[in-house]
Amino acid sequence: MAQINLEIVTPDRKVLSQPVDYVGAPGIEGEFGIMANHVPFLSALGVGNLYYKENGKYFYVFVAGGFAEVSNNKVTVLAEVAEKAAEIDVERARRSQERAEERMRQQKEKLDFARAQAALQRSMARMRCRSSAESAGTCAL
Amino acid sequence: MPSLKDVKVKINGVKKTKQITKAMNMVASAKLRNAQNRIERFRPYAEKFYEMLGDLAAGADPSVHPLLETREEVKTVGILVATSDRGLCGSFNTNINQAARKLAEEKKAEGKAVKLYCVGKKGRDFFRRRGYDIALAFGDKMNSFDFSLANQLGLEVIGAYMRGELDEVHLVFGEFISVARQVPRTLGILPMQGSAEKGDDSGNKAEYIYEPSVEGLLAELLPRFIKVQIYRGLLDTSCSEHAARMASMDNATRNCDDMIGALTLQYNKARQAAITKELMDIVGGAEALKG
Repeated sequence: MAQINLEIVTPDRKVLSQPVDYVGAPGIEGEFGIMANHVPFLSALGVGNLYYKENGKYFYVFVAGGFAEVSNNKVTVLAEVAEKAAEIDVERARRSQERAEERMRQQKEKLDFARAQAALQRSMARMRCRSSAESAGTCAL
Repeated sequence: MPSLKDVKVKINGVKKTKQITKAMNMVASAKLRNAQNRIERFRPYAEKFYEMLGDLAAGADPSVHPLLETREEVKTVGILVATSDRGLCGSFNTNINQAARKLAEEKKAEGKAVKLYCVGKKGRDFFRRRGYDIALAFGDKMNSFDFSLANQLGLEVIGAYMRGELDEVHLVFGEFISVARQVPRTLGILPMQGSAEKGDDSGNKAEYIYEPSVEGLLAELLPRFIKVQIYRGLLDTSCSEHAARMASMDNATRNCDDMIGALTLQYNKARQAAITKELMDIVGGAEALKG
C-alpha cells in the first residue's frame, strides 16, 4: 500500500518523522483524513488528537495550536504542542482538568472562563489520546 | 614591601578565583552547546513556518488583518527586552540594555509613551532602577524556558496591541552571530512588516486547498509568527549569554594566570631579599665576635 510521509515538529523538537498509511487530524473545521497522494492542502488544526495508521495499528498524538500542510506526498504538522500518547502525563492532565472545572464553577468573568474552558479541553483531549492509544495497544514507545 | 606571608595569601586567593572562573567557563560552554542544540531543533519549525506564511501571504491581501496594519498615530510603544538573569558575562547585558534604552529615549523624544516588557533579571533591574514603566517582567526564567514562555509573552503583547494599549512593539535581544560575537539587535515585531520574509516563489506548486479560508488561516498564523519571533529572540539571547560568559571567564582565567605569575615573582624576590638580609646579619655577627 502506498504510504505518505508524516512529520510533526514543534518549536522545541521534532516529534515524529516516518512513512504511514493514513493520517487523521483534528482540523479546525472538523476532522480530516489524509492518504497517500493527497492533493496539496493546508489547514489549521484545533486542539485534539491526531492519529496515524501504520502496519494495521493506530497511533495517537495530542496536538494543540497547529497547522497541517500536505504537499508532495508529505504531511507536515507544525504545532505549538505535540505529545505522543506514551509521553502524556496523565496525572498532570487529570489535575489540570480538576483545576479547570473548579475555576469554571467559580469564575463568572468571561476571559477567565474561556481560559479555563480551553485548559479543560486540552486536558480532556490528552486523556482521550492516552486511552485511545491504550485500547489500540500502541501506548508503548 | 608586603611581607612574604601577605604575598603567599594573595597568591592562594588568586588561585582560588582562577578555579572558579575556570569552572564557570566550562559550565558556560556546556550550556552553550545545549542552547545551540535548541536553536538547531527550532530551525525546522521556523523554516517550515516561514515557508507556509510566504505561500499564504503571496496569495492573499495582507491588509485585511489588523496585525499587519500600520497605525497612523503612534502613542504608546512597547519594548520587549530579553536579557540574562545572571551577570559575569562581560558587557553582554549592558549592551542590550543600552540598545533598549536608546530606543526608548528616541521614542520618548518623539513624544510617545514607552512600556517595557522584560525577560531576565538584568534588564528588569536596569529599567526598574531608572524608573521606566515596566508592564511585565519575568525573572529567573532564562535558565529553563520553552515555547510556553514565548507564547505567554506573545499573547500579552498581542492582547495589548489589539486593545490599543500599544501601537508599536519592538524586540531587543542579543543576537548570536558566533561564539566570539554577539550583538544587540532591535527588531520591530508589531505592526508586522508585510511579506518581509517571503519565501522564493520558484517552487510554484499546485493550487492548495485551504481550510478555513486564506484569510482565516492568516489570522491563525500571524499571531503565531509573533511568538516564533519572540522565541527566536529568547533562544538567541540565551545562546549569546553563555557565549559571552565563556569568553569573559576565559579572559578572567588568563588574567589570573598573569597575576599569579607577577605575584610569584614578587614572592621570590621578597624571599631572596629576606635570605640575603639574614646572611648579612650572620656575617655581621661573626665579624663582630672575631673583633
